[in-house]
Amino acid sequence: MPKTFLSSLTPALGKAVRAAARLRSGGKGGTALPGRVVEAMDADFMARTLAQLPYGVVLVSGTNGKTTTTRIVSQVLEQLGLRVFTNPTGSNFTRGVVSALLDAVDMRGRLQADVAVLELDEAYAVHFVEKVKPRYALLLNVLRDQLDRFGEIDTTAKMLGAVAAATTGTVVLNREDPRVAALAELAHCNVAYYGLSDDLLSFFPSDDAMHAQDAVAANPSHAHEASVALTGLDGHKARLSFAGDPQPYEAELKLEGVYNAFNAAGALAMVREVMEADAGDLVRAVSTVTPAFGRGESIRVGEDTVELILVKNPMGFRLALKSFAAEDHETMIIINDEYADGRDMSWLWDVDFSSLQGTGVHTVAGVRATDMALRLAYDEVHVGAVQEDVAAAVKSFVRETTGRNKHIYCTYTAMLAARSAMAQIADVEDVGL
Amino acid sequence: MDNEKNEDSRVLDIVSLYPNDMNIYGDTGNVKTMELRARLYGYEPRIHAYNVGDAWPEHVDLILGGGGQDKGQAVISEDLFAHADILHTLAEEGVPMLLICGMYQLFGEYFETVEGQRLPGINVLNVHTVGQDTRMIGNLVETTAECGAIVGYENHSGQTIVNSNETQPWAEVHAEGTGNNGTDYTEGARKYNVIGTYMHGSVLPKNPQLADFLLKKAAEHRYGTFEPRSSAQQLAQLEKLNALAKAAFEVASKRPR
Repeated sequence: MPKTFLSSLTPALGKAVRAAARLRSGGKGGTALPGRVVEAMDADFMARTLAQLPYGVVLVSGTNGKTTTTRIVSQVLEQLGLRVFTNPTGSNFTRGVVSALLDAVDMRGRLQADVAVLELDEAYAVHFVEKVKPRYALLLNVLRDQLDRFGEIDTTAKMLGAVAAATTGTVVLNREDPRVAALAELAHCNVAYYGLSDDLLSFFPSDDAMHAQDAVAANPSHAHEASVALTGLDGHKARLSFAGDPQPYEAELKLEGVYNAFNAAGALAMVREVMEADAGDLVRAVSTVTPAFGRGESIRVGEDTVELILVKNPMGFRLALKSFAAEDHETMIIINDEYADGRDMSWLWDVDFSSLQGTGVHTVAGVRATDMALRLAYDEVHVGAVQEDVAAAVKSFVRETTGRNKHIYCTYTAMLAARSAMAQIADVEDVGL
Repeated sequence: MDNEKNEDSRVLDIVSLYPNDMNIYGDTGNVKTMELRARLYGYEPRIHAYNVGDAWPEHVDLILGGGGQDKGQAVISEDLFAHADILHTLAEEGVPMLLICGMYQLFGEYFETVEGQRLPGINVLNVHTVGQDTRMIGNLVETTAECGAIVGYENHSGQTIVNSNETQPWAEVHAEGTGNNGTDYTEGARKYNVIGTYMHGSVLPKNPQLADFLLKKAAEHRYGTFEPRSSAQQLAQLEKLNALAKAAFEVASKRPR
């Protein structure tokens, strides 16, 4: 079989399928189909193309914060002068990577980049590392929203363990998540950590400690030296400490939420492994990074600001409620239960909604609007409208709250639906989904 | 002890069993539901979060136990066995208990792992569980004799078999591959007022008739009878919760696995 000749056609063919897929969906979407075609006819395409990169592959995985963290790593590396290939649309499985590669390579299969920074879902990360050994891996956390897909948290941790074991250069671990920190034992390469100062730990209780009072002292991995640590947070002002540098640095972040400030520390710890950089330059670079779509993304509608906040597990929802003060805002919550959201609604019962008692919730929407309404009733939070249809609910919410800023908390598919409803009444960035 | 039984006392002691280690599937919702509904019926719920090594509460009228990771089960196992006699006595006295998933299995005779190792349970319910590689996961509607249709979400890899007539299956399921073991169309188990089930979601908020059944048994255990004393406002709140539960039930029971 003249395999080399055939595979030299891969870029052209894949690009054609991609163009056709985009045409069929009216110019948007079609992310997975070209990947599927190329995987079937040229299984080696991804590994071969990524092997060209002088700085190799950075893999980012974990339950929560992959998209934003991938974006931070990519943008900081770009600011430091590297050409970065990434999969920024949240299409975090191998076919999504193949599709994105097809877009990026020229007709001869050359990738004009120095490094790839790839976000991968835990299960897909396992498949990915069977084909491509990453030089670097940044492993964020193991939380609970994947439970009904993977069964148990400890199963998810094993998946990340396969990534740690396959990494050839450095694996960067969140020392504050005991399940992630324990993966150091599986690594056959360098290990670096990122973390939090003692006084910030209480903002980030682990899943195990969600109900425990003495959350923090329990984790021995907190004692590891952190390459980068988040040591203070006041609004958007984050204080960061770097190993080997006694002076703390302040960064004025554009990112929203305490957990994204922590993700920034992880991202910088990763960047320090990829290339040598001055702490001051890193802090300046991270200060310019803007939120990924749907992760605390702000959309202007007339004079009002609408914040879209992705929530997908109890800890993320709790942290989001802490990060976005309800006062002076109208609140909407949209809960879907499609596969990508998780079918099981149990997690809503592990979120404390009492911070919304003062303002109430204007609208709950989505397939499981009724579950959300019931949940809020048990925390004695007043609910206005309950409507399953997301598009209609978003439009009436925006219309009825003119003159007020808004928070919309939504699960993954709910966010896609909310975004497309918003696009009909406001300017929303096309992220190519 | 008897001074608690005076005319005015409406206290109900509700034990949440091992909430630090066995809390994995939002079983907090069951505790919230029992606490609020007890209050709305005019009782004074006292919630005891009982964790490994804590002092066992003096009074127990209702026990709620949740699911846990394998690791969580290992952590609580020794403490649970140390309280096996107390739990047997309470069960025989008619104290209602709702045990979800992992705690359901631990209240059985034994759990046999995929490798064939037998881990004993405390043997309140005459059931045993056999580990298997495939999980039974998804939305589920079941029919119970006591509380009608119940909706929930199951997620377990153990197959549970009810062993004797003293313990009855708690519910009937209507499809293969669901319920206790995927084959005999049963789900959960009941002996005395001890109910073991794989249903979470949380199960009680969307199934208030089950919550009220447990509450009635708890009040009967403590005071001999169940006597709701709700103000008009409390009645209105109960009706509102029931209406919300009904709406959520109807959506949940039509969702795909």
